[in-house]
Amino acid sequence: MAEEMIVKELDEVVVRFSGDSGDGMQLAGNMFSNISATEGNDISTFPDYPADIRAPQGSLTGVSGFQVHIGAGKVYTPGDKCDVLVAMNPAALKTQYKFCKPQAVIIIDSDSFTKRDLEKAKFTLENPFSELGIKNEVVSAAITTMCKESLKDSGLDNKSILRTKNMFALGLVCWLFHRDVKVGEKILREKFAKKPEIAEANVKVLYDGYHFGENTHASVSMSYTVPSKAQKEPGKYMDINGNKATAYGLMAAAEKAGLQLYLGSYPITPATDILHELAKHKSLGVKTVQCEDEIAGCASAVGASFAGALAVTTTSGPGICLKSEAMNLAVITELPLVIVDVQRGGPSTGLPTKSEQTDLLQVLFGRNGESPMPVVAASSPTDCFDAAYLACKIALEHMTPVVLLTDAYIANGSAAWRLPDLNTYPSICPPYVKPEMADSWTPFQRDPQTGVRYWATPGIPGFMHRIGGLEKSNETGAISTEPENHFLMTKLRAEKVEKIADSLPPLTVEGDPDADLLIVGFGGTYGHLHSAMDQLNAMGKKTALAHFRVINPLPKNTAEVLRKYKTIVVAEQNMGQLAGYLRMKVEGIHLHQFNQVKGQPFVVKELVEAFSQLF
Amino acid sequence: MSETKYTAADYKSGQPRWCPGCGDHAFLNSFHKALAELGVPPHEIAVISGIGCSSRLPYYMNTYGMHTIHGRAAAIATGAKVANPNLTIWQISGDGDGLAIGGNHFIHAIRRNVDINIVLLNNRIYGLTKGQYSPTSARGFVSKSSPYGTVEDPFRPAELCFGARGRFFARCAAVDGGPSVEVLKAAARHKGTSVVEVLQNCVIFNDGTHDAVAKKEDRERNAIYLEHGKPMLFGPNKEFGLMQEGFGLKVVKLGENGITEKDILVHDAHCEDHTLQLKLALMEGPDFPIALGVIRDVDAPTYEEAVEAQIEEVSAKKKYHTFAELLETNDTWEIK
Repeated sequence: MAEEMIVKELDEVVVRFSGDSGDGMQLAGNMFSNISATEGNDISTFPDYPADIRAPQGSLTGVSGFQVHIGAGKVYTPGDKCDVLVAMNPAALKTQYKFCKPQAVIIIDSDSFTKRDLEKAKFTLENPFSELGIKNEVVSAAITTMCKESLKDSGLDNKSILRTKNMFALGLVCWLFHRDVKVGEKILREKFAKKPEIAEANVKVLYDGYHFGENTHASVSMSYTVPSKAQKEPGKYMDINGNKATAYGLMAAAEKAGLQLYLGSYPITPATDILHELAKHKSLGVKTVQCEDEIAGCASAVGASFAGALAVTTTSGPGICLKSEAMNLAVITELPLVIVDVQRGGPSTGLPTKSEQTDLLQVLFGRNGESPMPVVAASSPTDCFDAAYLACKIALEHMTPVVLLTDAYIANGSAAWRLPDLNTYPSICPPYVKPEMADSWTPFQRDPQTGVRYWATPGIPGFMHRIGGLEKSNETGAISTEPENHFLMTKLRAEKVEKIADSLPPLTVEGDPDADLLIVGFGGTYGHLHSAMDQLNAMGKKTALAHFRVINPLPKNTAEVLRKYKTIVVAEQNMGQLAGYLRMKVEGIHLHQFNQVKGQPFVVKELVEAFSQLF
Repeated sequence: MSETKYTAADYKSGQPRWCPGCGDHAFLNSFHKALAELGVPPHEIAVISGIGCSSRLPYYMNTYGMHTIHGRAAAIATGAKVANPNLTIWQISGDGDGLAIGGNHFIHAIRRNVDINIVLLNNRIYGLTKGQYSPTSARGFVSKSSPYGTVEDPFRPAELCFGARGRFFARCAAVDGGPSVEVLKAAARHKGTSVVEVLQNCVIFNDGTHDAVAKKEDRERNAIYLEHGKPMLFGPNKEFGLMQEGFGLKVVKLGENGITEKDILVHDAHCEDHTLQLKLALMEGPDFPIALGVIRDVDAPTYEEAVEAQIEEVSAKKKYHTFAELLETNDTWEIK
């Protein structure tokens, strides 16, 4: 029995698993996150894939990372930098070392640090640690050798044996943080239920990794615990990423509205997983059509909407460019439609796998004519569910296309999500025509309160009508080029969208009510902005956060909130799109800007430093 | 289908604004008549068009209708049919709308075999933008945008349709009322994508483009009405016929060189192999007659039926059918 070692209690910890694309780092990271969540920690994860599908093994471009942030209390982001880095090869060490905190522990597979491996990662010196100037504590374990030894009698081929290395690393990390490795065993047995020999091998190696840590203390000075302190709402939880949560939100809204869900889509990174997810759930009656192009994805959704379905199209920025004309058809025909834009780096093809918030002005204004369109932005992976639900509710009840903005960061990032009870969600009631309206009904007759036209779907006797892209008479629904009518219709379409704000919650301000600085943001940066606010308040600098969920129409108290604060900074991952929009909508406000367009999530530390300069 | 008898008037609405003499007027009459004879209730029909002169047609229908955006009618019709397979859907497109800006949607709708009826009003010109050459204009065609003649070959709609694995292709002349009604009815009855090419005159910008089939006597001389199971005879007195020669077709005269009706090809619209049907569809003057009527009509599973069938099949196998049940299929943990 080794001597007693120090166990340190931490409030939060960030672990980054990295290795070659084929090293199974995503699985190891995901499992660590799930094991920690099961123990009651809050979690936030972020996968960092290489852009290449199969980069050469051991190369710098082929490194795949997965960062897990676990906390005793609430965690809002996957963390800026990590406390533990698992680097399965030299390429991972070289590319991922920059994500390490100064005191981070680095775990490596020493078997993967041969001369050849070092060459592949373009190291010039024999000692990669001195070459990179690494002074951190390094746990050097002969993972490959130990896996081979452990599984020599398993009957598995060499390739299959090597694929268990990630579980050894996971076992070791589990030991380091006193995690219950049995939870990992359960996950593995479920995952490989159809391949018991693979399950057995992975479970064995997982325990080997754990025991290796226990027996050798992995030559580290201490191990850690992250207790569960957060008072989480009781209930069932699961781990969910933003794209899956978006798909779930769409299905939930369809069920609540009693409508069939139709998705017209075309594969595009990073939105495709929504199509994948929805295509699976035919037993919920979901219809997905993988169309010939982005245009048809949106156009077919407009057709499905005309026919009476909850119609959705999913894409990223380049797809929005192509869909704009069909989105505008839904504006003028006043048909419900949800357009999901999972933003990525641009312009043009840009950075397909990276994250930005650069499509805001495109979705607000990127169409010909006066084309008012509601825009909803999801703030976190789990919020994608609620935001998608809200987008569907607005579209169906207000007879309008709605854009749901998410981004690559929250689409791929995941967090613990309490399984929702749909009974607690608001109803969704589209303004269908009623039989008694048949005699006097015209296509653009509106509800006097909401300004919303009524929905008559093909198949209903007595409501045959024609709609289309040409301007129509407000009174008869026939084609009209009459100047006053066009002006009136332009205003009616805008008013209809403005009136949506009547049914939306006001803009809320979090943090210090007497703040000297108001941080303003939207969408997927919520976690980072919230963390920055918390840190500033902890430093005694009074800060608040106003995060927009609906950007068009703006919440009714927007001007009131913005005029209340002396110093306001709008922080966004673009060159100032929300700031410019707010200046246009609210007169007489002075806004500072924090803008970053790197394709990477904000770094809380940088936000805190920048915001501190302002007050 | 309801027992109610309908008349052409039941499908009419509004006053067409096409130029006097435009082929669209004649087609619209045939269309109203065909729908009345089919007897589909007007509220179960959706007429979806793109942009162009002919795409104004939905406004003259007392059905559900959508006049959409340039080229996208096939995609919009696809979404509508998949969402509600009970609707009878007609897509009205011109040669520019359907084959130029909408070419991609045209071929993919056909490939999927969505049960929509695509009417392609082919006047070989852009009328609404006032006279530019279209993708069906012949090489050398002089127009405002090709003052010295075009230097490109046109699409032949049938070839494009067959290339996309089309199962139904028919052709009629807009001014030829009776056969047009029959062709439209056959298109409606065919399950799967039907393409009807309507040879239509543009009196203003391309007058006379289909003169070969403009009058009854022209059609007797220059066209052949194909009917499934009938010998391919044409001419004022049915004195000409078609025979196969090598890899191609040839025109023969009955009685010459001992040729009798028995030697003449019999039309088979239901033949899976489209080789001969394509040859018929591509015939043009002066050496060959223009083929009118139903050229190809082959059954195949439709897209929207396959979508429904898959939903049923998967639903029967899966244990979750509501959102709450779907949630339970995930790995979860409980906090008490």
